[in-house]
Amino acid sequence: MSSSNILSIITFVYGLAGVLYIFAWIFKKPGCGKLATWVAMIGVIGNTAGILLRWVESYRLGIGHAPFSNLYESLVFFAWTIALIYLFIERRFGNRIIGAFTTPIACLAMAYASLKPGITSDIQPLLPALKSNWLIAHVITCFIGYAAFAIAFGISAMYLMKQAQDDEKVIWLDFVRPITLFVFITLFSRILLVGNWALSAMTALPICLVFYAGVFIVRRMPANIKNSLLEMFPEPRVLDELGYQMVLFGFLFLSVGIITGAVWANSAWGRYWGWDPKETWSLITWFVYATVLHARMMRDWRGQRLAYLSMVGFAAVLFTYFGVNLLPGLHSYGALGQ
Amino acid sequence: MSSSEVASDLSPLNRLWKAFASVKLTIVLLLTLAATSIIGTLIPQNETPVAYVQAFGEFWYRLFALLGVFDMYSSWWFRSLILLLTANIVVCSIDRLQFTWKIIFARHPKFNIARFRRFKRKEEFKAERAPDRLKNIYPSIVARRFGYHRVEDTDEGFAVYGESGRWTRLGVYIVHFSVVLLLIGGLIGSIFGFDGFVNIPEGETVRTIQLRNNPKNLQLDFEIRCDDFNVTFYDTGAPKEFRSSLTILKQGKPVYQKDIIVNDPLQYEGIRFFQSSYGNLPPNEVMLNFTSKATGMIYNQKAAVDKQIVIPENLGTFALKQFTRAADFRGQNIGEAFIGVLTPPNGSPVDVTLPLRFPRFDRMRKGDVVIAIADYLPRYYTGLQVSRDPGVWVVYTGFILMIIGIYITFFMSHKQVCVEVTADGKKSRIKVSGTANKNKLGMENKVSNLSEKLAETESSAKGEAKN
Ligand code: HEM
Repeated sequence: MSSSNILSIITFVYGLAGVLYIFAWIFKKPGCGKLATWVAMIGVIGNTAGILLRWVESYRLGIGHAPFSNLYESLVFFAWTIALIYLFIERRFGNRIIGAFTTPIACLAMAYASLKPGITSDIQPLLPALKSNWLIAHVITCFIGYAAFAIAFGISAMYLMKQAQDDEKVIWLDFVRPITLFVFITLFSRILLVGNWALSAMTALPICLVFYAGVFIVRRMPANIKNSLLEMFPEPRVLDELGYQMVLFGFLFLSVGIITGAVWANSAWGRYWGWDPKETWSLITWFVYATVLHARMMRDWRGQRLAYLSMVGFAAVLFTYFGVNLLPGLHSYGALGQ
Repeated sequence: MSSSEVASDLSPLNRLWKAFASVKLTIVLLLTLAATSIIGTLIPQNETPVAYVQAFGEFWYRLFALLGVFDMYSSWWFRSLILLLTANIVVCSIDRLQFTWKIIFARHPKFNIARFRRFKRKEEFKAERAPDRLKNIYPSIVARRFGYHRVEDTDEGFAVYGESGRWTRLGVYIVHFSVVLLLIGGLIGSIFGFDGFVNIPEGETVRTIQLRNNPKNLQLDFEIRCDDFNVTFYDTGAPKEFRSSLTILKQGKPVYQKDIIVNDPLQYEGIRFFQSSYGNLPPNEVMLNFTSKATGMIYNQKAAVDKQIVIPENLGTFALKQFTRAADFRGQNIGEAFIGVLTPPNGSPVDVTLPLRFPRFDRMRKGDVVIAIADYLPRYYTGLQVSRDPGVWVVYTGFILMIIGIYITFFMSHKQVCVEVTADGKKSRIKVSGTANKNKLGMENKVSNLSEKLAETESSAKGEAKN
């Protein structure tokens, strides 16, 4: 069996784990949750095996290199990191509901890698510019950072569900909320499905409306159903803290990622920073999360405001990762020279 | 000015200082930088004016050019934002450092028992022994877990204070300092460094570098020669390696030689040469064969541009005139070719096209002699990126400090504990409480661990008493 076959199967394993976590949450079946943990662990093991096998295969093809060199490989590693960090959190905090919000992200990343036309799962030889240990360090650290931010995103979403109404009234949130939602869905549909921006914005609109209709219905739901769904969630305080810890972790790795990328660029082209769109977007992401840190440390932002800010950060992550390729007139990633 | 000072009757200078010490400003600046940086990723930078006018039209081109949008990361307003952020970091750090410094370098750290008594979370247990017996045991246990410890007597017993990681409060300043270093390093690079490129044909020597974003050229103090260039390919046709053999010459004498590949540059006198691109050059020399129509004989001859060749059998003379990258044949591009002139013994000269890719092309002319390029040695030029950046070590120092600083700030903390022992008849009551400036959850665990450890000495003491 080849590594890409194994990895396609792992997509379904993560999907199954996600479904089981959601089942365990909605129907309150702890057995289901335990099973989900096992399935997620099998997913991680298979994912690890797939990555290692791919490494071996590349040597068999005579173009041996570490499997962190193209979009497919980075997505696979991204999924692996998300699942691993999640399992670690589950062990530490003993709450499985977070799994319902994070394993689907891992599944989505893998599915995107396997299904999106144009992303090849072939093992490709390395272009000269990519032959650098700095590049390997760069990809690994960036993706650990992105994975932490993805989990922070999932936790922020949980926070917003649990704490639908903040104690304090924050006026700007009323504007930011629909805009964030709209931007996110546009971004997602542009990246995942649709061919151009206008069309993705148009598809995003009805999805937003459906979402708001859903929120409306949930608000009208009898309190006992609502509470029974949310009672198993960790306390808002814990979610808030955990999300923040993930942002800290992600910020460290994003910083190391940007730095190793700069060192790589310096060894390949003689300049550590060139304001090319990929670099610039990673810096934008870094600025947003630096804002999150300062807002929380010094101005004591918590709760919804911070949850939204960290979601904006994740939108920047997505854009750095996928969106940059959609921008007009760019130098392709990793091309030789300019 | 410490931030705790009352904000009344401030002088304008103080007010400015206060404004720059504000984290509100930081948040505004960081978000503004994030938002404006997007512009330069949507509008391609540093293209030609013609391309911009075509894309945006005259009006928008003028407006954008006025705002420096086409080179926005070096525009005055973007630089001002970065300068403001720098001022913000420096002022804010100095402002707070005065306060933090006093905490960190206090000779005798102050412990305030009332503060520890106020903590809600405490571990408590009772001991069989009297406080003065515990006084011999507890301090060493606290000392083992916290670097610093001190014992103080209280009214009804004693208290052991322990503390560790006081210095980790400096972590944030390391991070902020590293950001400033990055900016200083970048500034040094842009003032004292340069960035350029040069193409060197194989076998040739140059000393002039074309600067990027600058019409001027740069004369080096030495010469650089490309001895050889090689490109290898994978089976898929993708390039595998570009390799240039370079020699540095001083006053015509070779002083340094190195083969460079991508990611492994040559450095000489602070100037670095990076493998960046390559291209084909017309071959210096080709092997031609002439096929006589009359006899069918084939004659091989070496040829170079403008060298007259006399074709045997009195078929005339031939000379290569020029090389073209894209020869045209009935509106079709037939690739690289030499154009030559054939002068028959009696008749006017005719132009002959000799494409490198199609050796039999000249048959179509239906002349008395068919000329073909039988063989040639490909010749390349190597494209080198040339740069000098004396600021890079400042930047790298900043990188290292930033990683260390972030690690310290996020994952280490200043921890303090207090073990208070009070007499309870002949026995003792012990209260353990602690605090940390970060990761309070982790500190709670540490406190309960310590308390367990202290309580354990009870059972071993009992064991000793029995024996
Ligand atoms: C891009 C620039 C900056 C970066 C990367 C940065 C980074 C950091 C980091 C990592 C922390 C620690 C946060 C935590 O422990 O959760 C921090 C804290 C802090 N930052 Fe910044 N910062 C930047 C700019 C600024 C600026 C411009 C100011 C100016 C007001 C500032 C003021 C502070 C303050 C007051 C703290 C808290 C310090 C303390 O705990 O006493 N930062 N910063």
